[in-house]
Amino acid sequence: MVKNKTFAEDVSIVFGGEAGQGIATIEQMCATILHKEGFHTFSVSEYMSRVRGGSNSTEIRVSNGKKNAFVERIDILFPLDCAVSGHLAGRISSDTLIIADETQSGKCAEAREVVRVPFLETAEASGGKIYLNVVMAGFVLALFEVSDSAADDFLKNKFGRKGEEVVKQNMEAVRKGWALGEKMRKEQGLQIVLERRDQEKSTVLLNGEMAISIGAVAGGCDFIASYPMSPSTGVFNGIAELSRDFDIAVEQAEDEIAAINMGLGAWYAGARAIISTSGGGFALMAEAVSLAGMIESPMVLHIAQRPGPATGLPTQTEQGDLNFVLHAGHGEFPRVILAPGTIEDGVVLTQRAFDLADKFQVPVFVLTDQFYMDMHLGAQSDMMPIEKYQKYFVETDEQYLRYKYTSDGLSPRGIPGFGKGFVCVDSDEHEENGHITESHETRVQMVDKRMARLEMIREEAILAELVGPQDFSTLIVGWGSTYGVMREAFEAVEKPGTAFLHIKQVYPLGADVLEYVGRASRVVVVENNITGQFADLLTKETGRKVDDRIVQYDGTPFSVEKLTEEFENLG
Amino acid sequence: MSNTYEFDHKQDIAWCPGCGNFGILAALKMALRELEKDPQQVVLTSGIGQAAKTPQYLNAHYFNGLHGRAIPPAMAIKASNPGLTVIAESGDGDTYGEGGNHFIHGIRRNADITNIVHNNMIYGLTKGQASPTTAEGMKTAIHIRGTFEEPFNPIAVAVALDASFVARTNIGDLKQTKEILKQAVMHRGYALVDVFQPCVVFNKLNTYAWFKEHTYTLPEDYDPTDRQAAFAKSIEEEKFPLGVIYKREDKPIFEECLGVYDANRDPLYTRYHNREKIVEVLDRYKGE
Repeated sequence: MVKNKTFAEDVSIVFGGEAGQGIATIEQMCATILHKEGFHTFSVSEYMSRVRGGSNSTEIRVSNGKKNAFVERIDILFPLDCAVSGHLAGRISSDTLIIADETQSGKCAEAREVVRVPFLETAEASGGKIYLNVVMAGFVLALFEVSDSAADDFLKNKFGRKGEEVVKQNMEAVRKGWALGEKMRKEQGLQIVLERRDQEKSTVLLNGEMAISIGAVAGGCDFIASYPMSPSTGVFNGIAELSRDFDIAVEQAEDEIAAINMGLGAWYAGARAIISTSGGGFALMAEAVSLAGMIESPMVLHIAQRPGPATGLPTQTEQGDLNFVLHAGHGEFPRVILAPGTIEDGVVLTQRAFDLADKFQVPVFVLTDQFYMDMHLGAQSDMMPIEKYQKYFVETDEQYLRYKYTSDGLSPRGIPGFGKGFVCVDSDEHEENGHITESHETRVQMVDKRMARLEMIREEAILAELVGPQDFSTLIVGWGSTYGVMREAFEAVEKPGTAFLHIKQVYPLGADVLEYVGRASRVVVVENNITGQFADLLTKETGRKVDDRIVQYDGTPFSVEKLTEEFENLG
Repeated sequence: MSNTYEFDHKQDIAWCPGCGNFGILAALKMALRELEKDPQQVVLTSGIGQAAKTPQYLNAHYFNGLHGRAIPPAMAIKASNPGLTVIAESGDGDTYGEGGNHFIHGIRRNADITNIVHNNMIYGLTKGQASPTTAEGMKTAIHIRGTFEEPFNPIAVAVALDASFVARTNIGDLKQTKEILKQAVMHRGYALVDVFQPCVVFNKLNTYAWFKEHTYTLPEDYDPTDRQAAFAKSIEEEKFPLGVIYKREDKPIFEECLGVYDANRDPLYTRYHNREKIVEVLDRYKGE
């Protein structure tokens, strides 16, 4: 018996089960429908590296206060199998309500009270075990007092391709699950009474994968070559999906080396290419990043980090590849690293990545991680304007020189077949015309020319976001995917004289960051790796020593609880 | 339009006197001239090595990239602008060793590019190490007891992968090389031309005379569309057959399968995504 339990501010609902049980569908379904109904919804999943089996979970967090972060706390747990409550043991407290099927509850959580619901029987009655996930999703929707037909459109979209019968059976299964939830809500008083707002409905519910994918297309991406690798594959899939609506050449390369070399070939011929990969795949691309540096080619690389070294934890999260991305590629040449924190950032920064790459003829990295890829969140359209993009290549004349010395340091980029000149690019040191040279004088001129762009890029740096008072003494700094959790924990502790700074352009750092850290009496850096890679970079770029580092490297994202405690302890 | 492929200034050419590369460069320039290809529409890609310097010495566009990686950018250039004539050119070490995976999958992808491989059966620029095509038993500074591996057979591999055009020539016969290069460039789909070429400094075995003695031209009645016959030819060892060994005209072509040229043939650089349509896509994810 539940006995009158009401969630009125914030609820964390977790589904756990094996790969193949359809947890991703539950997440997608609940998040989409709750968002449609006006609830502020955040969700994220964690999963093991396997096709079937293992133990995966997804957290759906619905709140009045726009909570956009992972919490360890589980308010309601739905185990789809027996293993999951073991996997999640550390997160289950005496306050956690476990709602499980009758046949598995005994084994699942011994010595704990489990609310029993005949999910499996209901699924069987709907056509088989395969419907277990939608029965459970229907159950949850009822707790939110959403109508039993709320899922119909979603199911039509999701299963329409499989035929009407499949859609119909799913609808019935949802209704049966919904009836079970409605019964529990009414008879046992389990209620979720959160605010519905029209403005939530006007937001765009995206996961990190689609934010980067849409941002890429908005940036004019018309070529992607990649090799699948978790957790970066979602962007490859996303752009492939968008190629139904836009002219985009999509190719699965034989390996990462081919992928990036294709990308460079595409940019050379005037297309706008992106590659998407993760640490291990990116390791194979290092030589070609250096080639981009030498031939002054634009290139956009999306790197979704996962814990290394080597294969590491393939499906989990870390911010451990910043140093690698910062230094990959032999020789010296400029690059840009952007790291989105919000969904809006993903769209805006990826768009910007194409502009920066093209304008300054450099490789630009969009650095994310598994947590960012897999989080779903509502984003405000007005915060992510789709700009008209500009292509910077020029029509060549007969005297065209690809590496011409110019007063502003940028050599106009021609492309073959557009104009009367020849576009010659060479990975060897080269003269202005692109031909090989071994002249020391040319070498110095070319190195200077290539490096000059770094300061030009710095001058146009994307501003960091300051949350809190301008007259801070303590500055808590984070970058990339930790935005939501840092902000929530920062706002929870309400420490006077403390501000939170979120860095979106990680390299090169802009003058604003220098100014902020310069006037802080204490600088604290939070990041998902062991050594504090960004903290070191901050010191290198600004000369400011970092006073405290808050790090985590167990493969999971920071939780609100953990950071709140850490911030409290800062004293 | 000047279609001479010649520069109006003297080039400092980095090849050794007597190198087979000179002949390949001359044959390629002749082939392109005779095909009346506008140099403004010709792009050469190459890897690293002495063969890979070839694009430096003819007046056209080029992308001289990384060791072993001539083929991926060539395919992408063609896919981004199918109006261009794209030629990937490198040596045997670059193409069959360092870039072996791209060689295999480039054949499978079947972009409409020409792949010229200068096959001198040795590493020249790094001063005389064995290449994938080096004859068994050759002693080098590294292989002090002689190589023991079976030499890589690019022709047999290409036929096994059902490459759409597979040819071999000997630079000792400039005219034949030129004619085959012309056919390869005109062929729609991936075309491999493996060119036997002596390294006059580091390979004392496979000389001009040796290549002449160990090759023969396929007879006129040889049918290059017969794959079984092509297999048989590709494994002949005493004397290597020269000419078009295998040809298949009906294979799907990479850039045509991408979908971006279904409605129009304009190169990608001329196109812009519709801004309103992107907003429309975003709106699909709205709650209302």
